[in-house]
Parts: sequence; C-alpha cells; structure tokens
Amino acid sequence: MTGSFLQFASPARFYPLAGRMIPWFGWASAVLAIAGLYVGFFVAPTDWQQGESYRIIFIHVPAAWMAMFIYLVMAFWCALSLVLNTRLSAMMAQALAPTGAMFAFVSLWTGAFWGRPTWGTYWVWDARLTSTLILLFLYLGFIALRAAIDDPRRADRATALLALVGVVNVPIIYFSVQWWNTLHQGATISMTAAPKMAATMLTAMLLMTFSAWFYSIAVALHRVRSVMIEREALTDWVGELRRAEGRQ
Amino acid sequence: MAAVREAPIFGVVGAVLWACRRDLKLAAQSRAELAVVLLFFLLVASLFPLAVSPDPNLLRAIAAGIAWVAALLATLLGLPRLFAADWADGTLEQILLAPAPLPALVAGKVLAHWLATGLPLVALSPLAGLQFGLPADAIGVLVASLALGTPILSWLGAVTAALTLGARGGASLLALLVLPLAVPVLIFGAGSVEAQVAGLGAGAHLSLLGAGLILAWVFGPFAAALAVRIAHE
Repeated sequence: MTGSFLQFASPARFYPLAGRMIPWFGWASAVLAIAGLYVGFFVAPTDWQQGESYRIIFIHVPAAWMAMFIYLVMAFWCALSLVLNTRLSAMMAQALAPTGAMFAFVSLWTGAFWGRPTWGTYWVWDARLTSTLILLFLYLGFIALRAAIDDPRRADRATALLALVGVVNVPIIYFSVQWWNTLHQGATISMTAAPKMAATMLTAMLLMTFSAWFYSIAVALHRVRSVMIEREALTDWVGELRRAEGRQ
Repeated sequence: MAAVREAPIFGVVGAVLWACRRDLKLAAQSRAELAVVLLFFLLVASLFPLAVSPDPNLLRAIAAGIAWVAALLATLLGLPRLFAADWADGTLEQILLAPAPLPALVAGKVLAHWLATGLPLVALSPLAGLQFGLPADAIGVLVASLALGTPILSWLGAVTAALTLGARGGASLLALLVLPLAVPVLIFGAGSVEAQVAGLGAGAHLSLLGAGLILAWVFGPFAAALAVRIAHE
C-alpha cells in the first residue's frame, strides 16, 4: 500500500495523477461555490444587527481560514523537503504560496469592505487584522526569496527554512496581537460549542469553505504541474510528454 | 581570513569563544561602521518629534514604540555585515570545514554581532528615553526590554542574513524577510514599557521576552547553521 502510494513522490508519476485530479476538484469547487452563494445570498436570512452587509462573511471567513491553513500545509511540505530532501514537496510548497497570499489578500480586502459599514472604518490595528497582514508579508517574503535565488535546489532549501521559522512565528504573532484585543469579533464557529448563527448561514459558509478548499487544491495541482515542467524540462519524462503531445 | 588557520579550537565553548573573539577583533577594526548604526538609531528617534509633533505628552505616549522601531531598523542596518564579508572572501567556507561544530561557531559570530551592535544600542537607549521625557522606571524597563529583545532580533537576522547570501538584492530582501518575523519581539518590547507607564507592571511582557530569548538561543544556532550550509551549496 505505502509502496504504491509513495511512487507518486516522483514528479514523472505525479504529473499525470495531478492532471486527472484537477477537473474533479475544479468542478467540485465550482458546484459548491454556486450552491454556497445561492444559499448565502438568497436563502440565508438578513442579520438583525448588521443587515445585508454581513453576507461578505461567505467569502471573508473561508478566505481567512484558507490563508492560515495553507501556510501550515506549506510549512508541512517545507519540513518534508528539508528532512527527506524530496523534490516534489518543495515544488508543492512553491505551488501553494501564491494561493495562500491571494487568500490572505482577499480576506483583508473583504474585511475592509465589511468593516466600513459595521465598524465605520476600513482598517483598524486589531489583533486579527494585523496578524493576517503579517501573514501576507510572510507569504510575499517566501515568494520574493525564491525569486531572488537562481539555483532552484538552493531556493527550495532556503525558502523551506524561512517558512519553518515563519511557522514558529505564526502562533506567536496570533497570540501576541491578541493582547491588544480590540474591535474584531471573537470566533463564531467553534468545534466544542453549539453554533451561534442560523443554520442556513452556517450551511452557506461551510459550502463556501469547502469550495475554497477544493479551489486551492485544484489551483495548487495545476501550478505544481507547471513548476514540474519548468524545472524538469531537460529530463526524459518531460521529453516524452512533449513528443506525445506533439503527436496529438 | 588569516586568523582561521592558527586558531586552536577545543570543544563547543572554545568554538563559541574563538568565533566571538575573532568577530569582535574585526568589529574593532571597523569602528566607524558601528558608529553609523548608533547614529542611525538616534537619528531615526529624532525624526519622530519633527514628523509627528513636539508635544511632550504625545511623545511620552509613543516613546517606547519609537525607541523600539528605531532599534529594529538600526539592527537591520548592521545585519548584512554578519556573514557577507566572510562569505565574499571565503572565510565562511573555512568555517564550514573547521573541525568545530558549526552551530557553535555561528553562535560565537552572533554573540559578537550582538556585543558590537545590540549592546551599544541598549546602552544608548536611555538617551532616547530621556529625549522623550519617559519617567525613570519606564526607562529602566525600556533598557531591560531591549537587552532581552535585541539578541532575539540578532538570531532572526542571522538566519535570514545567511539565507539571502548570494541572492539578488540581498540587503533589501533581508528587510522584507526579517521585519514580519520581528513583529512579536516589537509588540512585547514596546508593550512592556507601555504597561509600566500604565501602572500594570512590565513583568509579564519581560517574562515572555525572556522566554523568546531562551528559545532563540536554543534553536537559533541550529537554524542559522543550516542556513549557512544552504547558502554554501
């Protein structure tokens, strides 16, 4: 079982598998997004306190979750790449970073537009907001360091170490900025407590979360395929691939 | 370069002391560069009254933040010199090949770097505190927070400085990488002085900085040694 699974650590074997998985995750993401947006915008009730503006939640919260989660996944691949020295893990980390940065940006952007009607300001130096901003800078630093190093193997190892130093800092940043605890509301969804929001709102948010999740997987797989082709351009399997596609 | 071959290196402590002494000797030869770091610290701190307002109450309120931001930027200024010169003239390669453990040698270099730039900043910080009219006990907390915090900055900086060796636009990239990582140190450092001024006591903040300092000295040498190895592949 493990032997047959680990074969996909080889880019040559993973490339076709990723190609087969992308449509599944892509379509699942699209269907869930349509369902989530429909429930969120047409079925879910108007909030008694915030009116219609709260509906930004259906994009804002999944984006904020994904921004944090993708950093952890990226750091996991980075740790694997440093310890086991596997090519594919570094490529996965490289493929995840832009999507994570995008979600961090989306969560800040939608948060600003939500903050204006509800708090009366686009931006406050609040714990959650500041830690997300710093997360965005960590992603950008990761991407910039890779872009600044010419040798891809060295770039793999350097960015992996940076991501691991960063991941140590993520909880510290998260908790240190909580000390100023100001405007952002506390967590509404908890694993241990009963939901504090209407069931339809929760349904829409979970649909959107899974949509964002599948979108990230599809995009990361697509990007990792491009990275593989770019970095292994001179290997046999890419050559065969090129010949096979030329014939079609 | 010259000092590498003749040095007898015995064990971990010997390696730390040897690397520290060597870098301090080199630092003593370029005192002007160190003076620039300190002048930069005072200059940045002096810009705030000009840019924000000379109102004493306002300045007293933001004094801790200003001193900490100025110290962070001044530390940044000295970071490229930590490894760049050794890397350029091949000394770093000799250090990698030395029969002593690399984390110990790197720890000695970082210790020397802190003694040459961080410690003078700590010693100079009461001056900035006086400029902004901080009360004496708050100045004491400022000095203590900088004494605990600047070595953490040196360690974070050492890892990133090694990672950016040979990278395009190394020095400016270094700022982009270090500053987000330094945010917790900044928050607790400036927070300790604010808590003291507010009458809450700085104990909690200083304890957290102390914990960070211990973590930095435990994991820093290994992370920085790994970064140096990566830079030299």
